[in-house]
Amino acid sequence: MNLHLFPEQASEIARESDWLFWALTALSALVCVLVFAPLVWFAIKYRRGRKVNRDFNEGNTWKIEVTWTLIPLFLTMGIFAWSAEVFFRMENPPPGALEVNVVGKQWMWKLQHAEGAREINELHIPRGKPVKLTMTSQDVIHDFFVPAFRTKQDVVPGRYTTEWFTPTKVGRYHIFCAQYCGTSHAAMIGTVYVMEPHDYERWLVQGSPEPLAKQGEALFHSLGCSGCHGPTSKIHAPPLEGVYGHLVPLETKEFVLADDRYVRDSILLPASQIAAGYQNLMPSFTGHISEEEIMEIIAYLKSIANKTPEGYAK
Amino acid sequence: MNADESNYLSEHSVRSWLLTTDHKRIGILYLLSIVVYFAIAATAAALMRIQLLSPHSDLVLPETYNKLFTLHGVLMVWFFLIPSIPAVLGNFVIPMMIGARDVAFPKLNLISWYLFNIGGLCALYAVIWGGVDTGWTFYTPYSTTYANGHVVTMIMGVFIAGFGSILTGLNFIVTIHKMRAPGMTWFRLPLFIWSLYSTSLILVLATPVLAITLLAITVERLWGVGIFDPNLGGDPVLFQHMFWFYSHPAVYIMILPGMGVVSELITCFSRKRIFGYHFVAFSSLAIAVIGFLVWGHHMFVSSQSVYAGMVFSILSFIVAVPSAIKVFNWTATLYKGSISYDTPMLYAFGFIGLFTIGGLTGLFLAAIAVDVHLHDTYFVIAHFHYIMVGGMVLSFMGGLHYWWPKITGRMYPEVMGRIAALTTFVGFNLTFFPQFLLGYLGQPRRYHAYPPEFQIFHIFSTAGASILGVGYLMPLFYFLWSLKYGQRAPANPWQATGLEWQTPSPPPRENFGKIPIITEAPYDYHPEVEQAKPELQHV
Amino acid sequence: MSEPTPATAHQFETLEQQRESDILGMWAFLATEVLFFGGLIMCYTFARFSYPQAFAAASHHLYVSYGGPNTAILLCSSFTMALAVRAAQLGQRKALVGFLIPTILFGLGFLVVKGFEYRTDYVEQLVPRFRFHWDGPEAGHAELFFWLYFVLTGLHALHVTIGIGVLTIVAILGWRGRITAQNHMTAEVAGLYWHFVDIVWVFLFPLLYLIGHR
Repeated sequence: MNLHLFPEQASEIARESDWLFWALTALSALVCVLVFAPLVWFAIKYRRGRKVNRDFNEGNTWKIEVTWTLIPLFLTMGIFAWSAEVFFRMENPPPGALEVNVVGKQWMWKLQHAEGAREINELHIPRGKPVKLTMTSQDVIHDFFVPAFRTKQDVVPGRYTTEWFTPTKVGRYHIFCAQYCGTSHAAMIGTVYVMEPHDYERWLVQGSPEPLAKQGEALFHSLGCSGCHGPTSKIHAPPLEGVYGHLVPLETKEFVLADDRYVRDSILLPASQIAAGYQNLMPSFTGHISEEEIMEIIAYLKSIANKTPEGYAK
Repeated sequence: MNADESNYLSEHSVRSWLLTTDHKRIGILYLLSIVVYFAIAATAAALMRIQLLSPHSDLVLPETYNKLFTLHGVLMVWFFLIPSIPAVLGNFVIPMMIGARDVAFPKLNLISWYLFNIGGLCALYAVIWGGVDTGWTFYTPYSTTYANGHVVTMIMGVFIAGFGSILTGLNFIVTIHKMRAPGMTWFRLPLFIWSLYSTSLILVLATPVLAITLLAITVERLWGVGIFDPNLGGDPVLFQHMFWFYSHPAVYIMILPGMGVVSELITCFSRKRIFGYHFVAFSSLAIAVIGFLVWGHHMFVSSQSVYAGMVFSILSFIVAVPSAIKVFNWTATLYKGSISYDTPMLYAFGFIGLFTIGGLTGLFLAAIAVDVHLHDTYFVIAHFHYIMVGGMVLSFMGGLHYWWPKITGRMYPEVMGRIAALTTFVGFNLTFFPQFLLGYLGQPRRYHAYPPEFQIFHIFSTAGASILGVGYLMPLFYFLWSLKYGQRAPANPWQATGLEWQTPSPPPRENFGKIPIITEAPYDYHPEVEQAKPELQHV
Repeated sequence: MSEPTPATAHQFETLEQQRESDILGMWAFLATEVLFFGGLIMCYTFARFSYPQAFAAASHHLYVSYGGPNTAILLCSSFTMALAVRAAQLGQRKALVGFLIPTILFGLGFLVVKGFEYRTDYVEQLVPRFRFHWDGPEAGHAELFFWLYFVLTGLHALHVTIGIGVLTIVAILGWRGRITAQNHMTAEVAGLYWHFVDIVWVFLFPLLYLIGHR
């Protein structure tokens, strides 16, 4: 009988999450002792029928009340602060993390590495490097949960959510869907394979996949985007070199950051945010482009984010 | 029942029951209803636990399993827990405890019961005609766009029953404000009243928001409006905000009355005044108020902003403090008391133990970084069952045993009562403690199948559930038995303070011949005096 | 003037207790209505902040020439209602009925204007799902505006209708002499309800009709 009581600790943040968990366990055990011991003691000592001194003048209880109000309050505030600090780091991936796109759908996970490798229900990653997942759903809300990493994030249709971790141990770990999503929710599981970096490099180039950005560039032409956003276009549409990651001025005099969400909304709901100096001419691609394809376009736009537009009349 | 005196149970016709406006009879009507819903929901749980005995069981289809946990959640939350203490014990006891003849609006009280059952029948219809598999939380867009089944019918059931809840809460608020006997000032009220008053505030303010949320899902499901479905331009997380804005305060509706019962039991069975009356009274109000501000702790990983998460986390820690105060005060009450181990007191001890554990595990979930790992795992299931079953159900049983003599005029068999209480306690812990470990290991909720390394915990849990089932069935049998064969109860079998014990058992229709005038603080017990009197020393 | 002592319901010890309970009961009920409409208005506010242009454009299709007079009608009706309640408190039977009638007529007038307005919305193809046509961009969000508009004003109109029914009953009771200076809480409680219905409209009107500069 294989009895595991503790999950594997396979990421950097898992250690910190566990420290907090065990501190809470210790605190809870202490409180239980402080409550149950007197409870049991009084229940026995003051059992009805026993001759015992029961004279009791309650007097002013507020001092003891305030004490046992303030002490728990301070303890809980301490735990809150510690936990908030860890959480803040859980939510902020470091720059330069390996990027993997995830699309969840009933009832499977589709993953795309930036270098082009595609996986279904599996995630191969190298040990020791931070990995950032950019995720969306094709249908209902799912959740990408890796217990060994102690990380989890809902995967929501209509928006991107991110999750990051730095694996510390080679091995195989469960991926679970952790947001109820229908009949085969329990079957929407997978495996993370953490490999040594050189093994990972070898795995990555199997089958000579095309990098995501190149696939995105091909799509940019085949879907007709370059027809308006290219230098020889007759339509007055903004050039997209140097756009991703920068601020975009809008017709409404506001500025918006051109991030993943902005690109996705521009493709699906172009009328919602018009760039300054341009008109509401772009058609919506809703129904004509898949979530994976949008992510490929985003990869392409990221790859030209530091270029300047060429061939445009000034 | 004494054949010479008439009491509220004397008239036997069906009409006198179905058209009653007597708060005591309405309490009994609610008791009968919730027992039926509880039985159905518990059967669903039993089926789930048997399915989970092995990692890939064929007992039920996956879709059936999903319908079972939805049924279990909907019936247990809205048709058992929320009405249990308020509508059964509250209805029966509140007017008598404050020295009134009935609640403020007796006809509205009856209408509440009918609304409750019309809602329940809708929900059962949805179940029988094919079932609903959205979970009791109805998350969108699954519930609005993807789920098959009778989602709208079930939602309408909850919607209608919700109006029953609102009317009950309204009735209690007005009753407690306006119908206290002369001399019964706010600070002479038993703590049961304070906690039911706080509960009623939540019932009245939170339930309408649920009504709107359910209406929104219905409209979107029937006519494709686009509030929640992103394909139609909506926001699925908006649903979560609206749902949890009600459903978090709802969990306080489910626990506050239990805390009120425990205050009554601890004082009576340790023959001692409550320690720190004012703190306990105000802690109920504090829980009700702060409880409205923490809903986002159900959404830490839903893509809500980091800063929103921080705010909800800190408030969730703060809301734990008033509950802790109650636990400390109850324990302190026992000091230098005169403690007996009657069945109601055993349930009260069980409550303190299990609620403490349940509440402490809530801190794990309030700690936002730890919640990331534990959210939507069995840890959460264990946490809320410790509070709902270990807390609320135990206190309901304790209160039912305590007031049973008053309600029926009969004593239940004490030895059986204690055995059932202990059986329930043991069965409960065996069922749910392993689930904390399962959750920490990473087993998610709502899974009909799981990886084999989790099996050992599920086996313990199912074994515990069978013991827990025995603990539930025993009272069903001996309470029924006691109606015919139980010892006749005197007016005050527990020698308790409190106005409800100044009436005969069972009480007359009008409760009091003459409305009493109150001059003393509540819980006027004197254990040091009583220990000199052997006739009061029954254990 | 000798009047029969009004009966106290069995659960109350004094008439005063009954009166206070009825008033508090109505206030508690109105609190639930505030949360009910408030929840819907929160939904509306959220949607409006998410889609400001679509909502502004949709709002311009509503006619202030319907909404404005309706606001005036309801405000007048609250005035006559307040006078009716005062008459009840002073035991003035004729004045009570005399002020209730215009209140009821104002209420009916509100519903008639609303009816014409809904008909106009139908003709202009602004009824979501059943008869909706939108020429501008963001048709989906404009349709969402109209969903919220119909649900909010429809629920409000339902409350007005119920209020008219209640006031009719109060007027009949008043005419029969059952509302007296000692026993006027029926009128007072009905008054509270009517004022609440008016206040809800006072919120709905600017929220729905007056987005953006007009």
